[in-house]
Amino acid sequence: MSVLAAGLGPCRARLAGYSRVVEAPRAGEAQRSLGSPELTAQGLREVGYLPSERIASVVYLGRQLAKPVLVEGPAGTGKTELAKSVALMTGMRMIRLQCYEGLDEAKALYEWDYKKQLLRIQAGQAAGATGATGAGAADWAGLESDIFSEEFLLSRPLLAAIRSPEPVVLLIDEVDRLEVETEALLLEVLSDYQVSIPELGTVTATQTPLVFLTSNNSRDLSEALKRRCLYLYIDYPSVEREQEIVRSRVPGIGARLAAQVSGLVRSLRDIDLKKRPSVAETIDLARTLFLLGAEEVTPELAADTLHVLLKYQSDIEKAAKELAPGLPA
Amino acid sequence: MTAPRDATLAAFVAELRTIGLPVTVSENVDAMAAVLAMPVTDRAALKSALAATLVKNSDHYGAFDLVFDIFFGGGGPGPGAPAGPAAQAGPDAPAGRGAPGGLAGGGAGVLTALGDDDLADLLLRAVAAGDQLLIRAIVAEAVTRYAGMEPGRPVAGTYYLHRTVSRLDLARLLRRLLASAEAGAEAPGAPGPAGPAGASALDRRLTADEYARRVDAIRAEVEAEIRRRLVADRGIEAVAGTLRRPLPEDVEFLNASPQQLTALRQAVQVLGRKMAARLARKRRHHRRSALDFRRTIRRSLSTGGVPVDLVFRKPHPAKPEIMLIADISSSVAAFARFTLQLAYAIRSEFSRVRCFVFVDGIEEVTTVFESAPDMATITRHINSGTGAVRLDGHSDYGMVLESFWDQWGPQVRKRTSVIILGDGRNNYHTSRSWVLKAIRQQARHLYWLNPEPARFWDTGDSIISEYARHCDKMVECRNLRQLRQFVEDLD
Repeated sequence: MSVLAAGLGPCRARLAGYSRVVEAPRAGEAQRSLGSPELTAQGLREVGYLPSERIASVVYLGRQLAKPVLVEGPAGTGKTELAKSVALMTGMRMIRLQCYEGLDEAKALYEWDYKKQLLRIQAGQAAGATGATGAGAADWAGLESDIFSEEFLLSRPLLAAIRSPEPVVLLIDEVDRLEVETEALLLEVLSDYQVSIPELGTVTATQTPLVFLTSNNSRDLSEALKRRCLYLYIDYPSVEREQEIVRSRVPGIGARLAAQVSGLVRSLRDIDLKKRPSVAETIDLARTLFLLGAEEVTPELAADTLHVLLKYQSDIEKAAKELAPGLPA
Repeated sequence: MTAPRDATLAAFVAELRTIGLPVTVSENVDAMAAVLAMPVTDRAALKSALAATLVKNSDHYGAFDLVFDIFFGGGGPGPGAPAGPAAQAGPDAPAGRGAPGGLAGGGAGVLTALGDDDLADLLLRAVAAGDQLLIRAIVAEAVTRYAGMEPGRPVAGTYYLHRTVSRLDLARLLRRLLASAEAGAEAPGAPGPAGPAGASALDRRLTADEYARRVDAIRAEVEAEIRRRLVADRGIEAVAGTLRRPLPEDVEFLNASPQQLTALRQAVQVLGRKMAARLARKRRHHRRSALDFRRTIRRSLSTGGVPVDLVFRKPHPAKPEIMLIADISSSVAAFARFTLQLAYAIRSEFSRVRCFVFVDGIEEVTTVFESAPDMATITRHINSGTGAVRLDGHSDYGMVLESFWDQWGPQVRKRTSVIILGDGRNNYHTSRSWVLKAIRQQARHLYWLNPEPARFWDTGDSIISEYARHCDKMVECRNLRQLRQFVEDLD
């Protein structure tokens, strides 16, 4: 243990320098709204996202330590929404990379615009045919360095985020859908904010992007990826927070109805269901009841609107039986 | 609370590693940077910073929270609670019986003067109103009064917890709460979490859920309070050592409590999905099919009749079939529960899974799985006397294997994977391992998962190596980590 403590001394010394680099001046807006966990929370609240204290702290840390944030949690708890809200709050542009099985370099990082390259070669040939022939070798060298220049490079999301002159929010959505092998594509971007292109060299970010990765935990991500990220697990919200979310998302809803809806959803989540209701579905239910003009949830109304929350017939029957034993399913 | 010193953080990380959390050096460095970067270092901020950098798996939060509470005091009712009382309780919590409760300032004096019944009444009111600070003060008083803690004893505090909770009588508290909620509903205006008036069956249900949760929170609070006092008494590291609990993936199936098994449910579902995915991937990458003569000739027309591109028949999408044969005898009871969970998870991904259970007879339970809405129904069905128990309820692998072969043997086909789950303790009956040999010849794979530690194999009445000879793989499967490894290695 003492060895460990001693070993950390130099690290801390290095870190002091590290944080200074990060604190270099950046866009005024981002500076203000990501200045402290409280400001982050307040900023997020202003754009309609109600963060828990943990969420606000981790977003703040992501900025301060210049580290990507890996967000995990059940479906429909606001993982993608968080990244969108941060973009909205800071006024940064959001670049989104939707992951899927079979995503490759050409779609995630960059691609050479080979049609344009062909045109350039043909144009060169045409010019050569009319003008004097000669100095072919020199021509070719010039042409080669020309067609492998930035002009012919098509930026895909990751490179676009790195090359962007203004700071951006990069959202890498559903990263668990990538195959393990493809995951490695992300590592260079995530740890050093740079992309190596063999023909061009290394493109390094001038502005550190805010990176969010989301995952539904359908498989374990590799240690290498996790190590590079801050980890944030967004679980179903507490009943109080969910109530607040409902009230902010369904303006005009009565306090009692909001309380009942969130209480109902919380009770449903405790039952052993195939798919537990998400926050998005809670909001749907609240909106439905609000539009129906309900003042409060009666058992009959609950039984009639359960299908908004639950998407399996067996779940609906079970929930109806659990909640009000006397009622017909 | 000021920023903790390096030494404390280093010890904290060391303890996490001892439990088995994979904390790398770079994560450790990140944790330091994160703590320094937080502008205000109160307990909640410290916890957020450490959790974000050190824990990369939501299953590990439980272990992390426990260690954090031991090292940094508190264990509050929630992240939003003020850290004041926690900080007070850390250093000057009383170590033994009769010492005054050093909590909640002047209020503690009033509490000590109360009788037991008055204390219970006060707790009732505090819970109904949801007053966290008051609940904490009462819990502290209750621990002082009922736990009978003796300083210096190297215990984990479960006995103290039991004594305090049984004297507080939480079950009675819950009943009284519900009764008062009923009464309050008839006389509108009384406080209740779901709001007053208009009490329907639904409202009652919601109120009951809310109160049950609050009462559970009291139990957790008592536990945290006892932990705080243990730490004050014996020091952080000693307590951390006694309270060390295995991570969810290291919990042994054979000794797992029902709560632990329920906690594993999520992970098991992921594993089931993964298993399905593994077999599906195999399906797609299969490239060993016959030549498609007609299409090869057709394509050769474009190359002047020379068959340059050979076309192969598209592989039939092989539909893998799984037969799961599970021992549910008492020697592997906890494991059996887990097995059923796994079977249930795989079933929801895979339609072609057939499940069998056995003790000394064997029964197919696939249809039960199909019709039952959840695990509880399945367990109930299986417990309510089935064909699995034929004679005395002592497992007889030989008999079971032979009757499986007689009844379902012809249905084991080339694409069937047979997975047997059991400890191979045969109660000195004959092994009849020729059945396994026959199954292996017919089936695609024959795997055996054994929940017993490998060092106990072939001791006593275990004849596992005799069966192992005929299996493609015989793996020790004591915990989730090993099961995950097995799924990972599936080809």
